[in-house]
This record gives sequence, structure tokens and C-alpha cells, in this order.
Amino acid sequence: MEWINIVIQGVLIGGLYAMFAAGLALIFGVMRLVNIAHGDLIVLAAYIALMTTDTLGINPLLAIVIVVPIMAAIGYGLQRVLLNRTLGDDILPPLLVTFGLSVIIQNALLELFTADSRRLRAGAIEVASFPLAEGVWIGVLPLLQFVVAVAVIGALQLLFYRTAFGRAFRATSDDQSVAQLMGLDSRHVFALAMALSLAVIAVAGVFIAIRTNFDPAIGPARLIFGFEAVIIGGLGSMWGTLAGGIILGVAQAIGAQINPGWQLLAGHLAFLLILALRPEGLFPKVKG
Amino acid sequence: MPEPLLEVRALDAFYGDFQALFGVSLRVAAGEVVAVIGANGAGKSTLLKCIAGVIASRHDAVVFDGEPIGEAPAFAVVARGIALVPEGRRLFSSLSVEENLLIGGQLRRPGPWTLPRIYELFPALAARRHQPSTSLSGGEQQMVAIGRALMCNPKLLVCDEISLGLAPIVVREIYARLPSIVAEGSSLVIVEQDVVQALKAANQVYCLQEGRVALAGAAATLTRETISAAYFGA
Repeated sequence: MEWINIVIQGVLIGGLYAMFAAGLALIFGVMRLVNIAHGDLIVLAAYIALMTTDTLGINPLLAIVIVVPIMAAIGYGLQRVLLNRTLGDDILPPLLVTFGLSVIIQNALLELFTADSRRLRAGAIEVASFPLAEGVWIGVLPLLQFVVAVAVIGALQLLFYRTAFGRAFRATSDDQSVAQLMGLDSRHVFALAMALSLAVIAVAGVFIAIRTNFDPAIGPARLIFGFEAVIIGGLGSMWGTLAGGIILGVAQAIGAQINPGWQLLAGHLAFLLILALRPEGLFPKVKG
Repeated sequence: MPEPLLEVRALDAFYGDFQALFGVSLRVAAGEVVAVIGANGAGKSTLLKCIAGVIASRHDAVVFDGEPIGEAPAFAVVARGIALVPEGRRLFSSLSVEENLLIGGQLRRPGPWTLPRIYELFPALAARRHQPSTSLSGGEQQMVAIGRALMCNPKLLVCDEISLGLAPIVVREIYARLPSIVAEGSSLVIVEQDVVQALKAANQVYCLQEGRVALAGAAATLTRETISAAYFGA
């Protein structure tokens, strides 16, 4: 029974990792940009949620509807003003610039909010749980987070493969110069992709802030979880990032059960194992 | 002479320090088919890239519908009504045939061309509409590339080397469709290495040689000798 509980915990936390990963995979897929500041932007979203709940006195889960549009606007602006200028044949400039951005965000948050760890209070839902079977309990909040993650990833998958919006993303990703010939301004398309990516991590940021303590320095570790989930899942489908997140979450949960110090190690080992055995990921991009 | 749809005026084009076009001028009237011929490296594709906005040029070097568009970027030029069928087709490889066509239609310019009309023009595509664009034969891919550009409902359709790498019978089939495109109100500029094919399809012919217009005139009035002199240089 104990192991079933552990695996369930791992699956549910995997939803969160999948949201980190979906944001990364989205912008890498559309514009081949590896966003080193991704984790710090998640933390930024958590702090924006903190400010929102402090100012308005609303439940953090409700704050999602405010944090998402703010993060999307930041994403659009960031891409138009800064990141579009770094894109080109060379992959190094966007890496360096987003690395710099990561440092700037961490230090700005440190300056504004100090290094104290913070937490959002969501009320009774935080500790609510219900029995699934004899001895198997499910927390309401982790379940909600997982359901939201599945919904977000399903929505992204639909958007990418079933709408004009997603078609524009895929066309621009395939051939930017021909997409321009068809009237797609790639600067705008890329900015929309970044806005979408940050909207997804805004949701993730709020859930992180409710589940655990956070401080300005936790971003890079979230970036690593996101990367690992992307690589495990592969770039062929948004559902791959969900699978990647779940595998990472379960590995960490099992590792933590064996020895509390092994939580992160077990996640990294699962990642390395898949990288060694199936470097293209579980759901690789189909070559045409 | 009526106001032309497209006028290229004394256009110079550069790749870095290398000058590819020297004072090229060209006129396309509404409803006309203009062929641009010339040897490899004569500057034909460069001319098309300047017209389509892929390469920026002097503000008033390209005038379309009375408006100077030389400095306009490609996505703004197509919104005004110039669609390019790029050399080598360059379909979106992760999109299906129909999705490729829909990308052309996303500007929602009003006009005669819709998905059903494209499938009417190229019936071979209708059955393959949901296939990946990469699974098609070269000729079918060329039809998708033309259809994709037509879905922009252009006033001017610019085709770069549409016969390149295709079997003669397929080339004839594609060229047989061009009159129905013109009949719907689009003018055409075609760049072509196959001079015979170009002369058959076009009203006006421009022959480029080393970045300059070596010969221009109505297709019917040009003789084989004058063309070959302009093509290869005297």
C-alpha cells in the first residue's frame, strides 16, 4: 500500500514538471530557443501570485486568472524587445542572453523580496484528501494540480495541431522565410509562442507557490526538471512532456522513499537512463 | 500606356559587396503574363526576391498598385497582393497538404481562390489533402506550392522556376493551368530556364544577362536569334 501511495504522489507531482516542460518544449519547437531563464520566470510567476494575493486578499488558486495574463504579456514583450534580436543561425546568443536574464531575475527578486522563503496559503484545500482505496489516500490539491496540468497539456496539443494559431507556429518552425512569404510576421509569431509558454508556467508557478516554500534561488532547479522531462518525453507531442514529467516525478518519489537524500538523484538517474537507452525520447518527432 | 500593376524602376540589388542587379526595370500590366529568362546567375531569382520583399531595395525601386513597396518586408508585401512560389517549392514539411494551403489562406484576402477552387484547379491534390506534404511527388508538391500562393488571393503571382526538376509531361500539365489562374484576375511573373515553355506562356519577355536587362519585348515579336544573343551575350 505504501508503494502505491508513493507512486501516486510521484504521478501527481509529475503534472507540475510536465507544465515546466511544456513551456520549454513549446518555444524550443517553434523557434529553437533554449530558455535558460525558464525556471526563474516560474519563480517570478510565484512572486507575482504572492503580490496578487497579498494586495487583493484572494485565494491563490483564484490568482491564476490574474497571473496568467500578466506573465503572457511579459512573455510577448520580452520576445519582441529582447529575444527576437538574439535569434539567428547561431544558437549561442539566445543562450547567453537568457542566462543573463536568469541572473537578473534572481537578483531583482532577491532585492525586492529578500531571500526569505515564502509560501502561498490556499486554506483548507491544502490538507484536504480523500481515500481512493483501503490505505490509499489522494490529496485534493495535488490531484487538482495534476488535472489542471493534463488539461493545459491537452489544450496545448489541440492548439498546436488543430487550430490556425498552431498551424502558424508549425509553419514558422518549419521554414521561417517561407512563412514570411505567406504573410506570417515571425517576430509576432515568436512573441505569441513566448506569451503562451509563460502563460503555462504562470499556472505552474502558482501551484509551486502553494505546495512548497519558494525563494528567489529555486528557479534553476525547476529549469533542470523541465529539461529532463522534455528529454525523457521527446519533442514529438505535448503528451510526451506529460509522460516525461510523470516518469521524473515517480522516480523522485521512489528515490525519496528509499533514502530521503536520493530524491533528486533518482530523478537524474531516470533521466540519464532514458538518455542512454532512447536519446530521442519516448515520443520523438516523426521525420517526414 | 495604362498604369502598370507592378513597376520595377532602375533596381540595384546587392549581396554584401557583390552587386547582383544593375538598374533593372520591368513593367507588368494587369492580366499579363511576364516571363523572365536568363542563364544561371543572371539575377532572375534576385529580381523576384526584391519584388516579394525578401530582399529590401530602394523605397521606390518597386512600385505595386501605385504604391512604393521597395522597403516593405515580405509579410507586408504579400498582404498587399504579391504571392511568391519559391524556387524548390519549399513546402512546410510538418504540415499536411491542406494545412499548407490553409497557411496561404490565413491572411484572408478576399478573392476567388478557396480550398475547393484549388482542388478544382489541381484535382490530384484533393485525394491527398490529409497526407504529409513530403509524401507527394515533385509535380504534386509544385501544385501545392502554387495553390498555397494562390490561397493568398494575389493580384500578382510570382513563380520561381516551377519546372525545375520535373518531368516534361508534368511541366506541361502545370503550365496548362496557368491560363485559368490569369482568367481569375491574377497577373503572373514567371522565371523560367525553359525558354520555349516561357515564350509559349508569356505575353512579355525580359531576358537578364549578368544582372542587366539584355532584351525586353512582346513574346510574339522575339526571334530565336535575338533571344539567344541576349541569353548568351554577343
